[in-house]
Amino acid sequence: MVGNAAEAEDLTQEAFLQLHRKIATFRGDSAFSTWLHRLAINVVLMHLRKKGLPLMSLDEAMEPTHDDGPGRSFGAPDLSLSGSIDRLALERAVAELPAGYRLIFVLHDVEGYEHNEIAGMLDCSIGNSKSQLHKARLKLRDALRTTLQKEGQR
Amino acid sequence: MTADPKKMTCEEFQSQLADLIGTGEDVSQHPHLQTCDTCRALLADLQTIADAAKQLLPIEQPKEDLWDRIELAIKRDEGTVQPD
Repeated sequence: MVGNAAEAEDLTQEAFLQLHRKIATFRGDSAFSTWLHRLAINVVLMHLRKKGLPLMSLDEAMEPTHDDGPGRSFGAPDLSLSGSIDRLALERAVAELPAGYRLIFVLHDVEGYEHNEIAGMLDCSIGNSKSQLHKARLKLRDALRTTLQKEGQR
Repeated sequence: MTADPKKMTCEEFQSQLADLIGTGEDVSQHPHLQTCDTCRALLADLQTIADAAKQLLPIEQPKEDLWDRIELAIKRDEGTVQPD
C-alpha cells in the first residue's frame, strides 16, 4: 500500500500499538482477524492522509460514486496492453491510484482476498467491493495505456 | 436497455461488466464479445492487469528487529520504559 519497506514497518508498529490500546474495545461482533485488518487499514489511510497523498477515506472509497470516467472504451479498438505488462510500470500506476481504489486492488488482485472477505474488512457490500475493484482496474488500464503511448512516441 | 445480449451496445455491456466479472463466470463467452473487438480488447486488458497484479506480492520480509521495536513501543506507550 505504501510502496516502501521502512514505511510499512513503521505502520506495522503503529498498527500493533493501536491494537494494544484498543484491544479492550473488541466485542467479538466480527472475527478478530477482520477487526485487526480494519484497524491496520485505518492506520495506513491515516498515514497517507497525513502525507497529503490523493486519498479517499475508507467510507468514501466504499460509497458508490458517479466517477465512471476511467476506461470507458467505445468506438474503434485502440491501443491494447497486448497481454503483458511491465512490472515497474504497473507498480507506478498502482502507486498513483487514489488510496481507496488502491486498497481494494491490493486486497483483491495482489493479496488474493475474496470480495466477501473484503466487504467484511471494510464494512461495505460485496457489490461495492466488486464495483470499486472494476473502477481501479479501469484506471490502471488508462494509466498503462498512457505510458505505452508515450513510449511509442519516443 | 437492450434485452437481447447480442444486440447490447458497448455502453450497456461495459456498464454491466463489473457485475459480470464478479460472478466468476467466463465473461469471454458473452454474446456481445462475439462481435465487438473493442469490448473484447477491454476485457483482455482487465484480465492482463489482474494477472500481472499477482507479481506485485511483496517479497521483502520485515527486518528481524521489528518485533523488538514493537515491544519497546508498547512498553513506552504504557510508561514502563522511558522514551530515549
